[in-house]
Amino acid sequence: MTGEILLDINGISKSYPGVKANEDVSFKIGVGEVHALLGENGAGKSTLVKMIYGLVKPDEGRMTLRGKAFAPTAPSMARELGVAMVFQHFSLFEALNVAENVALGMENPPPMRELAARIRAVSEEYGLPLDPSRMVGDLSAGERQRVEIVRCLLQDPKLLIMDEPTSVLTPQEVEILFRTLRQLSAEGTAILYISHKLEEIRTLCDAATILRRGKVVGTADPKQSTARELAELMVGATLTPPERKAADKGEVVLGVTDLSVDSPIPFGTSLKNVSFTVARGEVLGIAGVAGNGQDELLLALSGELKSAPDKVRLNGHAAGDYGPSERRNAGLVAAPEDRYGHAAAPDMSLVENAFLSGYLRRNLSNKGFIDWPATRAFADEVIATYDVRTPGNHVAARALSGGNLQKFLIGRELDQTPEVIVINQPTWGVDAAAAAAIRQAILNRAAEGAGVVVISQDLDELLEIADMFAVLNEGRLSKPRPVKGLTIDEIGLMMGGAHGMEVAHHAEA
Amino acid sequence: MLRLEKRPTPSQFWQYGTPIVAVLLTMIVGGILFAMLGKDPIAVIRTIFWDPIFGEFAFYLRGQLLVKAGPLILIAIGLALGFRAGIWNIGAEGQYIMGAVIGASVGLAVYPTETRLIYPVMVIAGALGGWLWAMIPAILKTRFNTNEILVSLMLVYVAETILAKAATGFLRNPDGAGFPGSRNFSSYKAASNPELIAGSGLHWGGVAALVTAILVYILLQRHILGFQIKLAGQAPRAARFHGVNPTRLVVFCMGVSGALAGLAGLFEVTGPAGQISIDFNSGYGFTAIIVAFLGRLNPIGIVFAGLLMALTYVGGEMAATNLGLPSAAIQVFQGMLLFFLLGVDVLSNYRIRMFMGAK
Repeated sequence: MTGEILLDINGISKSYPGVKANEDVSFKIGVGEVHALLGENGAGKSTLVKMIYGLVKPDEGRMTLRGKAFAPTAPSMARELGVAMVFQHFSLFEALNVAENVALGMENPPPMRELAARIRAVSEEYGLPLDPSRMVGDLSAGERQRVEIVRCLLQDPKLLIMDEPTSVLTPQEVEILFRTLRQLSAEGTAILYISHKLEEIRTLCDAATILRRGKVVGTADPKQSTARELAELMVGATLTPPERKAADKGEVVLGVTDLSVDSPIPFGTSLKNVSFTVARGEVLGIAGVAGNGQDELLLALSGELKSAPDKVRLNGHAAGDYGPSERRNAGLVAAPEDRYGHAAAPDMSLVENAFLSGYLRRNLSNKGFIDWPATRAFADEVIATYDVRTPGNHVAARALSGGNLQKFLIGRELDQTPEVIVINQPTWGVDAAAAAAIRQAILNRAAEGAGVVVISQDLDELLEIADMFAVLNEGRLSKPRPVKGLTIDEIGLMMGGAHGMEVAHHAEA
Repeated sequence: MLRLEKRPTPSQFWQYGTPIVAVLLTMIVGGILFAMLGKDPIAVIRTIFWDPIFGEFAFYLRGQLLVKAGPLILIAIGLALGFRAGIWNIGAEGQYIMGAVIGASVGLAVYPTETRLIYPVMVIAGALGGWLWAMIPAILKTRFNTNEILVSLMLVYVAETILAKAATGFLRNPDGAGFPGSRNFSSYKAASNPELIAGSGLHWGGVAALVTAILVYILLQRHILGFQIKLAGQAPRAARFHGVNPTRLVVFCMGVSGALAGLAGLFEVTGPAGQISIDFNSGYGFTAIIVAFLGRLNPIGIVFAGLLMALTYVGGEMAATNLGLPSAAIQVFQGMLLFFLLGVDVLSNYRIRMFMGAK
């Protein structure tokens, strides 16, 4: 690192109706520096990088890039000046191949054969092997991310912005990505690395700027700080890890035997011979990189996908051919990952959404007629118990922030005296305090004797709350193992290792 | 520059405001259209909207309003149920014809028996006729995943062919000197649907429309089936999570809308129309689509929308005969109403924002 300043951000502010997304934000990124932007969901990280990438115009403040005023009005302008970005959600077409996808993002794409050769050259140079002729729909999440990164590298960027890049990767893939980023940094490319995963930032980054509620609340040298110090800066409070009461394991309440179902989702992953059991008081954590059958597993357990009767047993009764209502009657509640459109109807009120899945176990209807007063009371109970911030129960679900809606939806399921709970991504997009509350609520139900299945891509979360641990990889479930005594390396291998990626870096290592 | 921005919650004001704005815009643009046709726009609009209720011949025309509104409301309520659930039955016209043909066939089969049982049996047969005709697209959709819009629409033309066959063949009046058309129900008392109060225009169809509006209103507001219909239309995946069986919902919605259209056809053929004739159908099944949307897919709204649409029919006929306006112009005028309604409707979920400078 030369100490030369690449990007200087000075007093940037941006307001949206009702919120100040960024207020007087200033920091500097040096040439070749790996700079972490740390903050909880909603701290204003995304707004800030969108301004650097030209997607949003700041209300106040100025930026300079290599000493010159920098005010991009469009991403194409930012790209031209050497700023590239890898988004958390990929913008790739599944039905096109890698080279075609890359060409779509370019202003003047070269002929396909030349482009394919360049993709191959760049991807090999940086240890990210990619076959330009493969269909994107057939790639794993990690490979798709490589497409996005290679797409950026082809523009020879001076600053690479990465938004939560590791949420879709196995630990081994993370290691490989970090080697690539370090190589880029050594060659003089600065990296703005957005994350809330502290350990990663501590191993990778040279400097960190911490945002809370739109303001810079501190800077730190991540290599010198402990994860706890960083976390408390980020959250602004001391955190208490969830408490576990030792529960006696009861009899098995959910048994899945040799379950195979075809995915109803285009380019989805079918489940292949999935088997596990969950006992009363037990929490089974299911890890895995996104797109390895998590959605399908939830559908197969919630009853939206049916199977042969004896494949799924609830309380000893064959329930594979039960639909969602019959499974609810049998004691199972489920919380799907997608809040807007699957777990909740976005345009309906919280009261109607409370009825959506709570009507059976909370007796909210009488001979087919809806008991609206009782439903309102149920919605209010969930809002109060789970600290859902809303102007009232009449508000449409889509008007709530992701975290608040998630608290409502998890609370709706947990307050139905369930015997089996299945949750996909319980705390995705939820701030740390709310996530802790949700985890505690799940553990409380387990202590009361419910069997719990938590599907999550957050390994720390699973290790914190689960008793048993298994991994979904390409639709297959590994044999569940006790969480006690598992190492991160073992987990990584269970997750499918690096999906054949390790080879690339071996040459240089 | 202008940009549409999604509202966090749908606007209550525009929910009710859009139909009124749409009617006003239709009047303005329709007025321009009439002016370009060389008519005095104010006179035409007054003839359409004012004269049928308060004009010289209002005593007769007010009754006509109910005669026209009855079938429109009955059909539109059924369609609205499906539209709410995202099931697009476009073929109510065909179901209306089949209800009339099958209901009338049952009545004429026992001619000239005079017993009070005949009419109720015909009513059931009419509903059954419409229901059966709607089951064809429903079953093709649930079994083979065909598009119900295309199938139900094409079945309208099949139904029209059957109607022509009935009028000239199997239902032709044996005493009719070979002219096409069935016996007239007005001279077959047990099977006819007369005005309940002379001069009011109210017959059993109008009664059925009002009762249906109330029942469907309760269904949508209070019953779990109504909740499932709304849920399936707004968030199909959430509906599956809730436990809705999509197949049963399609069969239910198509069935109800078909049966109601069939009922409307039966009441029409035994009442105002009087007989099965080649051109018995007059587009009620299609106009009801406009009525359903104009009424915000809400049964009570549909009652008002049906009356308004009947007004443009009755008033439009007046304008055609008194002012020499081509009847096609009236149809354009009615079409405009749906066009503006759908256009203005965007405002209930979006607001328009002005943007200056950079995008």
